[in-house]
Amino acid sequence: MTLPDLNIIWYLLVGVLFTGYAMLDGFDLGVGALQLFVRKDEHRRLFLNSIGPVWDGNEVWLVTGGGALFAAFPEAYATVFSGFYLAFMLLLCSLIFRAVAIEFRSKEEWTWWRQFWDVAFSAGSFVSALLIGVAMGNIVRGIPLDANHEFAGTFLGLLNPYALLMGITTVLLFSMHGAIYLAMKTEGELHAIVSGWIPRLIGAFLVSYLLFNIYTLVDVPWVLETVRARPHVLLVVAANVLIVLNIPREIHKGRPFNAFLSSCAAMALMMATFGLTYFPNMVLSNPEPAHSLTITNAASTDKTLGIMLVIAIIGVPLVLAYTASIYWVFRGKTSLTRHSY
Amino acid sequence: MTTELLARAQFAFTIAIHYLYPPLSIGLGLALVMMEGLWLKTGNPMFHSMARFWTRIFALTFAIGVATGIVMEFEFGTNWATYSRFVGDIFGSALAAEGIFAFFLESGFLALLLFGWNKVGPRMHFFATCMVAFGAHFSAVWIVVANSWMQTPAGYHLETVVNGKTVVLPQDYVVTTADLTSVRAVVDDFWAMVFNPSTMDRLTHVVLGAWMAGAFLVVSISAFYLLRNRHLDFAKASLKIGLGFAAVASLLQMVSADFTAKGVVRNQPIKLAALEGVYQTAPRTPMTLFGYVDAKNETVVGPKIPGLLSLLAWGSVDKPVVGLRDMPGAEFLKARHPGATPREFPALRKSYWPNVPAIFQFYHIMIIVGVALLGLVVVACFFWWRGWLFDTGRPRTRWLLTALVFSVLGPQIANQAGWFTAEMGRQPWIVYGLLQTSESISKVVSANQIVASLVLFALVYALLFAMFIFLLTRKIQHGPVEEEDEMPDSWKALIRTTPRA
Repeated sequence: MTLPDLNIIWYLLVGVLFTGYAMLDGFDLGVGALQLFVRKDEHRRLFLNSIGPVWDGNEVWLVTGGGALFAAFPEAYATVFSGFYLAFMLLLCSLIFRAVAIEFRSKEEWTWWRQFWDVAFSAGSFVSALLIGVAMGNIVRGIPLDANHEFAGTFLGLLNPYALLMGITTVLLFSMHGAIYLAMKTEGELHAIVSGWIPRLIGAFLVSYLLFNIYTLVDVPWVLETVRARPHVLLVVAANVLIVLNIPREIHKGRPFNAFLSSCAAMALMMATFGLTYFPNMVLSNPEPAHSLTITNAASTDKTLGIMLVIAIIGVPLVLAYTASIYWVFRGKTSLTRHSY
Repeated sequence: MTTELLARAQFAFTIAIHYLYPPLSIGLGLALVMMEGLWLKTGNPMFHSMARFWTRIFALTFAIGVATGIVMEFEFGTNWATYSRFVGDIFGSALAAEGIFAFFLESGFLALLLFGWNKVGPRMHFFATCMVAFGAHFSAVWIVVANSWMQTPAGYHLETVVNGKTVVLPQDYVVTTADLTSVRAVVDDFWAMVFNPSTMDRLTHVVLGAWMAGAFLVVSISAFYLLRNRHLDFAKASLKIGLGFAAVASLLQMVSADFTAKGVVRNQPIKLAALEGVYQTAPRTPMTLFGYVDAKNETVVGPKIPGLLSLLAWGSVDKPVVGLRDMPGAEFLKARHPGATPREFPALRKSYWPNVPAIFQFYHIMIIVGVALLGLVVVACFFWWRGWLFDTGRPRTRWLLTALVFSVLGPQIANQAGWFTAEMGRQPWIVYGLLQTSESISKVVSANQIVASLVLFALVYALLFAMFIFLLTRKIQHGPVEEEDEMPDSWKALIRTTPRA
């Protein structure tokens, strides 16, 4: 295979891994962010147990995405993670907190204990979603890089309004996604409560998403330029708009599973829009575009990309097979037993 | 403290805490396979409740292992960006393979192991348990491959870019700080990288250490129940399984230790000399049993067995182990320091030595604890053979069981000490003989940022560790329970009215 092919394949595969993470851990984080909005202990336990068997596997998408980025584009991995040092340490702590909160929370009966871990689970999920969005926002907008591709900005610079808006949009997207997931997994009283949230969450997400897009067109000039040069991106955007609008329709018709699929597809199309416009950049340098990391100057050698492709060809079907079987085994409404969280 | 030391301290802290848990998942995972296998084979419901009890302990260690492990995947990039750029072509693929092959397998089947008791049949559940244990071992494979490559790099070449063209550098090329923006190590031969000279020895050593961690946890909790006169049938059966497992792992570990040390003799002679504090090259090199290194006078204080180190290293008491004062060799120093005169060599040599007093201690702690655990297991097996092990009326049995309760700390101490030996013994290199640790840190990360993250992790991990101990204690107090009434019919059908065991 020739050189650009392998680099493009890995650009795509890294994108697939992070999209998989957003779709799957997205609803975990969303369920977490919503945890404090139900009061009854039984309801909170149902929230936790709805994601109980799957959250751990969902986080593996992030770990594997990180590993694949390291292997395929080490320069991008090194630049982003050292550049976003403090933000990432906060993200990692949030992810740790919410993970152990799931495990610890229902182990004791005491009210204060459960309240503490509920807050930890919820805050950890909220902050994780926010920081993932902020990181993404900065990548879209571009970050200052020097000639050696080292980050040349500051921690506070990462908390710019554009990135923060992306962060809030991500929290709302994940919360909407999580609420739809909960609508599939719950019944009775809790189902009614969750279903009541969904239209409001969809509305809030749509407003935030619209604002974010307007902000992008105003503040991030390269996006408009690229879309002019690559009009086919607009097809993906159009599909994205339709699929996002399909979410309230499916909810209205009482088909949460279809709404969930639409929400997953919407995430995939958002990532596709981003990937198609961003290509061939891995990390865009702003204000010095010449210092950007691309799929060529950030990549490993062809040999490594080839080896990794073999690994992916063997591994990915296995991963999809067990992910699908686990979701199949644990399909249907969540119920509580003595061994639940 | 310098940024380098802080980055090392932060990494060491986060990985040392993380490494309390994966060995338990690996060792306990295998113990679960044995227990559930016995349940399927004998139809004795006691093995069923045993498997379920240890699964609950497993779930706790696994969750914290996952949570603290996510950090590790990203800390190469956050703390060691220069390293990541330099070796990403090689090192990254091992990490990605770990994610795809091991973590997905583990986490997917973990769902069945933990929540599948009432959802799938007993054989499918047993299969899931096997896959979780297999996945845990597989993750050890890839991470030890990656680490072993840092100890004994193989299957790579160095290259740089000159005027937009890739140039392959000669095998003996010396990397300087100025090169680090352009030179990188790239893979030549994937399998030579995976099976580099130290992979197999170190992998065996690490996995056996993990088995010991799991086995002694089972031994410890079972001995505790016996002493307290609780859950006696369960405790006896668990102790037998744990003790058998611990005996096999501890014995094999002695063999593996010898192989691993001989590998260090061949591949990292400076590290070997530092482990034993050998400064002077002399025949019949002794081995110190315990003691300390007087770095100022370059001597070791403590009881020694003459010729033992020579014997273990070379199979001959007369062949000397080369001392630190002669390493690294003149050729190496000439290549690295073109302007230096031979008179400057002794001083230069020291900059290529690890922290001798520290790794001497870590290494000896590991050995002493390992040998003590083996001794304890031998005594316990002797008691078992004589029929005294479960006779809790005997004072000597009570002493032994008390020692077994505390034995759980042994493998943890030895595993940690072993890793500190391996990693501090590799200094000043991050990739042995190729790239120095001081050159590998992230250039854009300031000391303040590292301090902030260190404080953050110290607080979070302290809380986490306290919670882990607290919940583990509660689970032990709660003990195993009869699960039969909750079993689905397909499971109940397995129960035999007259169990064979």
